[in-house]
Amino acid sequence: MLNKEVKGKLEKIVGQENLLDSQQDLIVYSYDATPDYQALPDAVIKPRHKEDVAEIVKVCNEYKVPIVPRGSATNLCAGTTPLEGGLVMLFNYMKDIIEIDEENLTVTVQPGVITLDMIKAVEEKGLFYPPDPSSMKISTIGGNINECSGGLRGLKYGVTRDYVIGIEFVMPDGSIVKTGGKLAKDVAGYDLTRLMVGSEGTLGIITEATLKLIPVPETKKTMLALYDSLEAAGNTVSKIISNRIIPATLEFLDQPTIQVVEDFANIGLPTEAGAILLIEQDGPEEVVERDIQRMAEICEETNALSVQIAQSPEEGEALTSARRSALSALARLKPTTILEDATVPRSKISEMVKAIEEIADKYNVKICTFGHAGDGNLHPTCMTDARNRDEMQRVEQAFEDIFAKAIDMGGTITGEHGVGVMKSPYLSWKVGEAGVEAMRAIKEAFDPNNIMNPGKVFAKDARKRVVVQR
Amino acid sequence: MSVEESKRKTQIVQDFQSKMDYDELLNCMRCGFCLPSCPTYIETGGNEAASPRGRIALMKAVVDGKMEPDKDFEDQLSLCLGCRACEPACPSGVKYGHLLEEARDILQAKKKHSLPVKFVRRFFFDQVFPHQNRMRTLNSLMWFYQKSGVQKLARATNMTRIAGKNMSTMEKVLPAIPSPSKMKNRPERIEAESAVKKKVAFFSGCLMDTMFMETNDATLYLLKKANCEVVIPQTQNCCGALHAHSGEKDTAKELAKKNIEAFEEGDFDYIISNAGGCGALLVEYDYLLKDEPEWKERAKAFSDKVMDITEILYDAGLPDMELDPQIVTYQDSCHLRNVMRTAAAPRKLLQSIKGVTYMEMKEADQCCGSAGTYNIIEQEMSMQILDHKMANVEKTEAATIVTANPGCLLQMKAGVEREGKRDSMRAVHIVDLLAEAVKYGEKSLQKA
Ligand SMILES: Cc1cc2nc3c(=O)[nH]c(=O)nc-3n(C[C@H](O)[C@H](O)[C@H](O)COP(=O)(O)OP(=O)(O)OC[C@H]3O[C@@H](n4cnc5c(N)ncnc54)[C@H](O)[C@@H]3O)c2cc1C
Ligand code: SF4
Ligand code: SF4
Repeated sequence: MLNKEVKGKLEKIVGQENLLDSQQDLIVYSYDATPDYQALPDAVIKPRHKEDVAEIVKVCNEYKVPIVPRGSATNLCAGTTPLEGGLVMLFNYMKDIIEIDEENLTVTVQPGVITLDMIKAVEEKGLFYPPDPSSMKISTIGGNINECSGGLRGLKYGVTRDYVIGIEFVMPDGSIVKTGGKLAKDVAGYDLTRLMVGSEGTLGIITEATLKLIPVPETKKTMLALYDSLEAAGNTVSKIISNRIIPATLEFLDQPTIQVVEDFANIGLPTEAGAILLIEQDGPEEVVERDIQRMAEICEETNALSVQIAQSPEEGEALTSARRSALSALARLKPTTILEDATVPRSKISEMVKAIEEIADKYNVKICTFGHAGDGNLHPTCMTDARNRDEMQRVEQAFEDIFAKAIDMGGTITGEHGVGVMKSPYLSWKVGEAGVEAMRAIKEAFDPNNIMNPGKVFAKDARKRVVVQR
Repeated sequence: MSVEESKRKTQIVQDFQSKMDYDELLNCMRCGFCLPSCPTYIETGGNEAASPRGRIALMKAVVDGKMEPDKDFEDQLSLCLGCRACEPACPSGVKYGHLLEEARDILQAKKKHSLPVKFVRRFFFDQVFPHQNRMRTLNSLMWFYQKSGVQKLARATNMTRIAGKNMSTMEKVLPAIPSPSKMKNRPERIEAESAVKKKVAFFSGCLMDTMFMETNDATLYLLKKANCEVVIPQTQNCCGALHAHSGEKDTAKELAKKNIEAFEEGDFDYIISNAGGCGALLVEYDYLLKDEPEWKERAKAFSDKVMDITEILYDAGLPDMELDPQIVTYQDSCHLRNVMRTAAAPRKLLQSIKGVTYMEMKEADQCCGSAGTYNIIEQEMSMQILDHKMANVEKTEAATIVTANPGCLLQMKAGVEREGKRDSMRAVHIVDLLAEAVKYGEKSLQKA
């Protein structure tokens, strides 16, 4: 519970109706999409505008009350679970699209706007915001920026980071900072915009952002290829890229995922197939046509069992259904679904998926893998039951091995979901002790009282890296 | 808290622990994908507690002993429309509707109603809905009320205002009740017009066969025109949906058993329903009776046959339809869409009517706020949702709003009243419009 004095001061800022602390409110803001994490906050606060945010932060800084900024709580790293209590801050009142600038091709928004709502609004003006996390129907831009979210279009168009060109944020002392702007070029000092992207709510509170837009691609075409092994699919991917084609989407499903998807959706996938590649290209019609033809040839040359090119947008939709239902199919198998995002250089995908299969066998856990073949971002997904503590421990060990393996291959522990609490014990595996110290120094400079989303990114006790014998 | 009150809460917690399906609660992975489809989440400006993910977390917290089932908790479950729009959106396949029903059933059993409420509940849930003949009697009274001039008097003196403004709107839009003698002579069998395409049984429904009798007649007419041979088992009863959704599960189960028995004999492949709200419970009889081994199989055989009228009409095919030129829009019945998963057939039927310009309204798949008895219990939210809905209707410039469930129909009629649009807009049940269009089509053919 907040002490009376703090509560009084906060109520004075936002009004009683915007400071919630009933039993019910505390329960529903105690979790995010991360399995097995839950902790009650002391209260929930709804600032109406940035001035409220600044005033709230000042009070919290004075009384050392933790603040956990929260978008829609769809993150998968326990990023908005208030493990140290404090205030959960909502942006329900700060969800406006402030401006769509058709001359500079930018959109300026408040952090609470839903990603898809914004994408639709800019598309109405013939403009395009490419980052498309599969959660975009409900995720917020504030959350996207703080996790640096990616999506299916990452290979060709990049991720959230590549579109954030200006940010307004409230520092942990209550001062308001503006970085960047509607500028393609800007080297005035350190790049604070990039620093804030992916900062997971640990450095400050974003109150406004300016995002870069591009023209909507004129057309899009979809194709689907089946393989008897993941290696063969991997060869296709390598050959497409070495032929200097960058498709808009290049997604894969592995054999266990195909099996589960077919069981669930009955869409006629051959369950004995070793892998599926879903490929899309967008752009001017001639280019799309040429690239799709060439990619189809490449699939044949690299021994695809079959190649299907959609003849209409509806057919295209149908072809993507296998990839789209992957998560649904997997999530239904067991009560607990753990969706990870280890990432490797794209040339290593089939090697990595094989390693994941071996690790799953070793620990006797069920893991299916699908993901972004184009950029090496894998989603090894484990189906388990959080009540089975013995199995949960094996799952954790399996993921530890997977992270270690990914790093050995020059990859990373997380490609798009963020560190949060989930992966904080492994951060030093990726960036080294010195790397963690550098990050910690930045954190302390910004937030000496450690009020901003405490307990995230930096682990209380880091995991010792056990060298896996091979 | 009084001793009695705390006893009641302890009992609720125990019931939650023994009765709630914990696997299903855990099955929610808290991804939040259901949030944008939840009307109460949207109308409350994004209150997590009023979302499916939030409500599941609250139910789980009660089971886990982390939360007392306090007033907020009960209010939150009451505010839920039970529209089940959260289910198709859920990647994990969480059966939210079942969780809600179970929770409401527990709370209802432990609820102390004030005497009048208790009386009304008992009267309707035990005495009227389960008995077709009493439904007729009640409707006869309504008929008398409407025909005798008492209604006029009541309207003139604003008597209905006493029951709240919304009730008075509701009362205005109730259909003209058929005369008692008409209600008694219901058909038992209808022959196909020519070569039989499908053999079906018709589930007539308690409200549908009384207050909405004309719609049932239109349904039978259309089935005939689509060359379906129809039997109408006479021992059938109310489906039990209102009971199941209001925490009166035991009565719902009894009604289900009677209906299963009524439809076990006879030569037909489908059981046709023309009310989304009834149909959705009928297709889930197997779930309703899941704990009764001797009924499970029989219930499944019944449920597997249930189909909405629009599906069979679309499948079997109707004669050419035509209407005066008009813009038509369609409001999904939540249970028809989210539970029976019928959404395309009604739209395709409407689009096939000559003269009709079909305009899809924004958010047609979202609840209209009727939701069984919701518009009586949660008036404020219901009306807020309705106003939002009417704004979307108006953007289509439709003259005709089509629905597929009596509750939705009344609610949309109330919407038309509230907007003062009675002269330029009407709300109709889809089978009434289709029957009108078939008849019109026949006439044009004769002229030509
Ligand atoms: C089923 C599923 C699929 C997913 N698919 C993808 C995917 O394809 N790609 C992908 O990248 N991610 C994916 N995610 C992860 C998640 O959806 C993204 O990380 C998303 O960006 C989170 O948005 P949110 O609004 O829910 O943010 P939240 O989860 O609420 O918050 C995320 C982080 O941002 C911080 N934050 C939020 N708002 C602010 C603010 N205004 N100021 C400062 N900090 C703030 C929070 O403190 C937290 O650390 C998926 C998640 C699920 C459950
Ligand atoms: S049933 Fe309807 S109102 Fe209730 S939680 Fe689901 S979507 Fe929301
Ligand atoms: S969509 Fe399903 S799994 Fe996701 S939060 Fe809603 S109910 Fe839970």
